[in-house]
Amino acid sequence: MHSTAAVSEPPPRQIGARARRIEDPRLLRGRGRFVADVELPGLLHGAFVRSPHAHALVRTIDVDDALRTPGVVAVLTARDLARTLTTLRMPLGFPTSALPPDITPFVLAPEEVCFVGEAVALVIATSRYTAEDGAAAVFVDYEPLPAVADCRDALEPTSPKVRREAADNVLTKFNLSYGDCADAFRHAAHVFREELHQHRGGAHPIEGRGIVANFDAQADALSVWSSTQMSHELQFTIAEMLGLSEQSVHVVAPDVGGGFGAKYLVYPEEVAIAAASRLLGRPVKWIEDRAEHFVSAIQERDQYWDVEIAADAQGRILGVRGRMIHDQGAYTPQGINCAYNAATAVTGPYVVPNYELDVFVAQTNKVFTIPVRGAGYPEGTFTMERLLDRVAHELQLDRALVRERNLVPASAMPYVKPLRNRAGHPITLDSGDYLACQQKVLEVIDYAGFAARQRRAREEGRHIGLGFAHAVKGTGRGPFESANVKIGPSGRITVSTGAMAMGQGLATALAQIAAEALGTDIDAIDVVSGDTAAISMGIGGFASRQTVTAGSSVLLAAREVNEKARKVAAQMLEVSVDDLVVRDGRVEVRGVPQMSVPLTRIARLLRGIAGYDLPKGVGAGLEATVFWEPEAMAYANAFHACEVEVDPATGGVTLLRYVAMQDSGTLVNPSIVEGQVHGGIVHGIGNALFEYMRYDDDAQPISTTFADYLLPTSTEIPHLEVLFMESPSATNPLGVKGVGEVGTIPVTSAVASAVDDALRDYGVRIAAVPIDPVRLVELIDRGDRRRSPAQTAR
Amino acid sequence: MTTSSESNALSLTLDVNGKACEATVEPRTTLADCLRNELHLTGTHLGCEHGVCGACTVLVDGRTARSCLMLAAQAEGCRVTTIEGLSGEGELEPLQQAFWDRHGLQCGFCTPGVLMTLTELLRDEPNANEDAIRLALSGHLCRCTGYQNIVAAALSAVECIRRRP
Repeated sequence: MHSTAAVSEPPPRQIGARARRIEDPRLLRGRGRFVADVELPGLLHGAFVRSPHAHALVRTIDVDDALRTPGVVAVLTARDLARTLTTLRMPLGFPTSALPPDITPFVLAPEEVCFVGEAVALVIATSRYTAEDGAAAVFVDYEPLPAVADCRDALEPTSPKVRREAADNVLTKFNLSYGDCADAFRHAAHVFREELHQHRGGAHPIEGRGIVANFDAQADALSVWSSTQMSHELQFTIAEMLGLSEQSVHVVAPDVGGGFGAKYLVYPEEVAIAAASRLLGRPVKWIEDRAEHFVSAIQERDQYWDVEIAADAQGRILGVRGRMIHDQGAYTPQGINCAYNAATAVTGPYVVPNYELDVFVAQTNKVFTIPVRGAGYPEGTFTMERLLDRVAHELQLDRALVRERNLVPASAMPYVKPLRNRAGHPITLDSGDYLACQQKVLEVIDYAGFAARQRRAREEGRHIGLGFAHAVKGTGRGPFESANVKIGPSGRITVSTGAMAMGQGLATALAQIAAEALGTDIDAIDVVSGDTAAISMGIGGFASRQTVTAGSSVLLAAREVNEKARKVAAQMLEVSVDDLVVRDGRVEVRGVPQMSVPLTRIARLLRGIAGYDLPKGVGAGLEATVFWEPEAMAYANAFHACEVEVDPATGGVTLLRYVAMQDSGTLVNPSIVEGQVHGGIVHGIGNALFEYMRYDDDAQPISTTFADYLLPTSTEIPHLEVLFMESPSATNPLGVKGVGEVGTIPVTSAVASAVDDALRDYGVRIAAVPIDPVRLVELIDRGDRRRSPAQTAR
Repeated sequence: MTTSSESNALSLTLDVNGKACEATVEPRTTLADCLRNELHLTGTHLGCEHGVCGACTVLVDGRTARSCLMLAAQAEGCRVTTIEGLSGEGELEPLQQAFWDRHGLQCGFCTPGVLMTLTELLRDEPNANEDAIRLALSGHLCRCTGYQNIVAAALSAVECIRRRP
């Protein structure tokens, strides 16, 4: 063998590169394909008739006028759908024997409606316009029943029942405890109590939900396009409820215009539309409008906490105990993960020797709750961070010092908490340096110099404040995610996964991982996600999990393909596998690039030639499929600090500066990660200052437009300063930790702390979010009158 | 505009992206629905249908308009420009290129409307600064990006246009 060629450069690293996204050119030209863009011959359109009552009996549904409405093809009620469904009731998303039976929503409500927005009928017509005409012409005779709007009232023995079929309004209660709180509190130097409230908000992706279903009677098969975070679960659920085999149901998630939790559920509407298509033998489309999203898409975060902290004289935590009431809404479509996550997230990055929490999951006549970006962690974090600020305040200690004294030190990693996650595994903080994150951010925001800045501002009559908070988030939940990596005879590399793209840049991130393992760049790679025909199973997009789980599957599958290609090339070139390297579409002898075999040729060989043998010992197909299962979750962490100015006259809060540090382990694409952190923070800012899903005392939703329910806009948001620490996680082969939700978690806490700090003169202590101007002025007024040291939630 | 007496339908001729387009719609049809359903220009997205989110923004005679709040019939005789008319199949416009380079989009659903608003802004204020950009963007809701990289992309486009010969 001669070796005159220069030793070739190693291929450039793909993991860690700020690659431009492969998703973008189409989207920038207006050539994305979202579910509303799916057009089929003979397509019909659906509109739901929704309850205007928070609680009522459905006496009769008169569809005659609706059926006479021009364009209307059919009006379907629960009775009609029952003919084609195996059950009218949705399955429980996370099945468990720990919850009572008969708690999930109905596809269409047969006899009782339990929240405003619950669907009772479905009108199918030739256009969306005529379908809505038809829906307006359906006459439903309701008998209103008393409704429960507040989850605290729901627990009262005299409360009306949210659903007649339930024994009472307590869905479940549970206790989480370790150590000996009674003893710790008895002997503590200090005990402080807080009553806290986090308000309900929506996920509000700018694209709402939507589905197109096309039943082919000849093939007895259903094609579905849905804006979903869970294609495979939708496939399995529709198959089960329509009595079809999984093989007969094909689900595709086209471009998804954001999810944020709202689309990690199989909704009644999706099953209703699939059933309608089967009953009518025609394709049917339903595109949710915003008014529907406000009343019928999931919400989260309504929780009331009554908690105490025990601390020693130095502000060290001795114990936390209390009680929390979680507002579950009228039904339980998924489980009690919001309440459970919140309860287990309280201790977060801190050493808490004793803990006891009683949790009541209360039902109300409001739309059901499942996780929105953050999934209970923002609530648990708010509780802990408010308590620590209280300790600092009462003990006249620096807030940063109180945290420093209680953080899990880097030297203690991995740190096993005496708590279990909902899969039953011990919560193990795997890596990170929380104190270093805190110190760096406080340095960047000049915390040391803030007291002087604050004094000067006060002299000018301005109230500025600085606040901060920690967060940790378990990411990369199992049980698995799927990936198939395949090189076709064309040379194109296809990555197929059950992970779901909903705007995060999943395709680019997975392409970078595959590209790195196959010595190419991302232009050579196509990523297929959300298509049940592309891979047999998948779990989908929730819990900041996909880079961890799907990323690991892609990495391992791509490595297997690499190995396979080298084994074949080794036989062809008569060299050792170890001397071969895959790069730029070829397998070449290391240092001798002219000795090489193109991957296209290997792919063609492994495709097989009829009647001839395959190369030895590799099996058919230049491809591999991996369902990587995490053994433990990867705990990402963040520390945020912000500076605010409050106008005591108006209650207006202006964010002057926002600095965030996040440790998500190895960064696959720093640009994408930054973008995720930006979006997460701004979602948190919405929760902190703006987003307020209001219901009146009869559980009527009263903030059902974007003019009433305020999402943050560009003028409220300062330039966000985002920093990273990269502590690789040993829980997965990439060393990554999840990203998507982490940025949201500490925001309400940091903003509340800053507002407290700005309004110290008034003795304001924030106990509830959002901190809207009306509530803040009330607190300021009360502080003016009483100079009270503590304000509690309403 | 002609009205068919039988169905109450209107036959419209609209100037969209420089092309004369025929559409037959009910009088109540919004411009957004006409663009999407009749002319198959699905790049214009609907996020709220009550004029707040800005996803459906198009240019009508060069000015931004919420196409969900405007009837198709009102657009007759006007020049309508949609996202599909920005660069067509040709090279990306500097603004689109900047969005790609600066990671100015995530799910891409609000992006077409945002690009139309920024097209107007950069035409009227070629030296727009961050404040002007944020003010123009305040009529758009984006849940993914926190606006930061949208602003960065717009500033980068300003710079690119300034340097253009």
